[in-house]
Amino acid sequence: MSGNRPWQELLSWPDLSWPLVYRVFCRNLLLFRKTWMANIMFNFVEPIIYLWALGFGLGVYVNKIHGLPYINFLAPALVASSSMFATTYEMTYGSFTRMAVQKIFQSMVATPVSMDDVVLGEILYGTFKGTLYGIVFLTVLAAFGLVRSGWALLAPVPVALMAAEFSILSMIWTSIAPGFDSFEYFFTLLITPMFFLSGVFFPLETLPAGVRLLAWFMPLYHAVEAVRPLILGTAASSVWGHLAWLAALVLLTLRIPLVMVKHRLIK
Amino acid sequence: MSVDQQNQPVVLVSNLVKKYGDFMAVKGVNFAVYPGECFGLLGPNGAGKTSIVRMTYGFSPVSGGKLSVFGEDIMIRPRAIKSRIGVISQDDDLDPVLSVRENLMIYAGYFQIGKQIAKKRCEEILSFMDLQDKSDEPVENLSGGLRRRLTLGRALINQPALLLLDEPTTGLDPYARHLVWHRLRRLKEEGTTMLLTTHYMEEASQLCDRLIIMYQGEIVEEGHPEGLIDRHLGREALELGTGGECPDSLFDDSRELIRGRQGMGDDLVLFTDHGLELMDRVAAQADRQKTPIRYRRLRPSNLEDVFLQLTGESLREDGAAPLPGKRGEEEGEDVR
Ligand SMILES: Nc1ncnc2c1ncn2[C@@H]1O[C@H](COP(=O)(O)OP(=O)(O)O)[C@@H](O)[C@H]1O
Ligand SMILES: [Mg+2]
Repeated sequence: MSGNRPWQELLSWPDLSWPLVYRVFCRNLLLFRKTWMANIMFNFVEPIIYLWALGFGLGVYVNKIHGLPYINFLAPALVASSSMFATTYEMTYGSFTRMAVQKIFQSMVATPVSMDDVVLGEILYGTFKGTLYGIVFLTVLAAFGLVRSGWALLAPVPVALMAAEFSILSMIWTSIAPGFDSFEYFFTLLITPMFFLSGVFFPLETLPAGVRLLAWFMPLYHAVEAVRPLILGTAASSVWGHLAWLAALVLLTLRIPLVMVKHRLIK
Repeated sequence: MSVDQQNQPVVLVSNLVKKYGDFMAVKGVNFAVYPGECFGLLGPNGAGKTSIVRMTYGFSPVSGGKLSVFGEDIMIRPRAIKSRIGVISQDDDLDPVLSVRENLMIYAGYFQIGKQIAKKRCEEILSFMDLQDKSDEPVENLSGGLRRRLTLGRALINQPALLLLDEPTTGLDPYARHLVWHRLRRLKEEGTTMLLTTHYMEEASQLCDRLIIMYQGEIVEEGHPEGLIDRHLGREALELGTGGECPDSLFDDSRELIRGRQGMGDDLVLFTDHGLELMDRVAAQADRQKTPIRYRRLRPSNLEDVFLQLTGESLREDGAAPLPGKRGEEEGEDVR
């Protein structure tokens, strides 16, 4: 079954029962509800510091970007990046704890829940958490008067797609992680570079063409390019392109972590 | 307890093989578990017990042979079959941050048990497992014994027809172990079928109607606990502190009473059905030929002796021979 042909398995249909996927999601939600205050505070400190230090501090010295005060350029992108961090932390350290330390996945599949249900439930939860953090950050921006358009109400859509993709990527890494230490590589090799090269702090035009091409494969870049115009009220048809690209990425990669976790756990 | 052999077996295993890469952990095993019985897989670490249990609930794929549960191959309709099984896995896999009650309720959700029914069963289980006082305690604060009780309780949430118990009391102190045994006996009286693995002889003797003794992936013996002792050794064991120097002539006039012998460190154990007489004769002979015997001790034979006799190895994890004079109960190793 979970034998020697991972490629064939990638193309096979997963064994899913939606009510049970939802139960797995609910299990994580129950835990989240116990600790949400501490959780949200922790994930907020960082972007708010960026907002203050870079927006209000550095912004004084930076000329306008695309005719915008720096803080208005920066703030919408931080909605996406804070969501990215919330999701990736949850789906690396959090999922690994549940999978390898607490053996929660194992206990779930002793019931009618399948391993595919478990992993998809995890991915849904990572997506939910990232989206929620994005939304809360958006309301912080609104409170600072940094939201310029009603289109901002649609910003959670690209954020959710991006969070789903980061759940998937993190879960893939988690499925091969030998231990907690390896997540440092995930963050220093993938997440941090993405944070700096996705047009959060400066427009990518200034970078060499090679790097710009690379950015196209970064989910954060597409989320930033979709969220920023929605919040600033400058949305153009290009937003659709970014949304479609994110959605395609999610659909193309979703099966991978399901297969990989199964290969790790089922022997 | 009598088992109705006419019934269709709940678990039927034929030529079952489990391979991990090139390593064969289970080497063509055959057995059947019938409704209402407690069937034991007894063997030391690495015998292949957990591999069999994991295949039985469909977690681990079968590498060869056949395994059916409730008359079906579990890989075909795993969800339907798993909904009738309760699993107590060897590792502690409770949800540590959730409370005792939340663990039960969340688990009920995986079986899609309606909320009202789940609540009712949850209270029943809390009282059955004597956990009411702890129901709102986070699991991470519980002792090893309480956690194991909860694990057993959790496995009952779907009122399973078959319980798979993988070393249910390993690491528990004697009190906690007896409590779990007591509950398992009650479940058996209510008709629950059980497949139980253990490396505790006493556990197997106490709970199992029939058992197989496994060693390195193979069955070395099978039968009823009492029958096995009778067949291989005789009812009594005479431990002799001979200190390694034991001339064969010591047994010259008692040979016909001895059914088996086993070295244990420097000492010797003789198995017999006529313990007192054997002890007297050996003592008299020792006096005559002036062979020093540090101590003599007569005790009932147990499954540990059978295992030792069959494999030449001890069941204990450290691989050391059991100490003379110590039987059955072991210290809990790892009570968290
Ligand atoms: N996932 C695995 N990969 C490789 N070998 C394994 C794996 N699981 C168990 N084994 C090996 O298979 C043998 C039987 O293990 P197991 O079924 O756990 O025995 P028991 O439960 O009786 O201790 C052991 O030698 C063990 O090392
Ligand atoms: Mg085991």
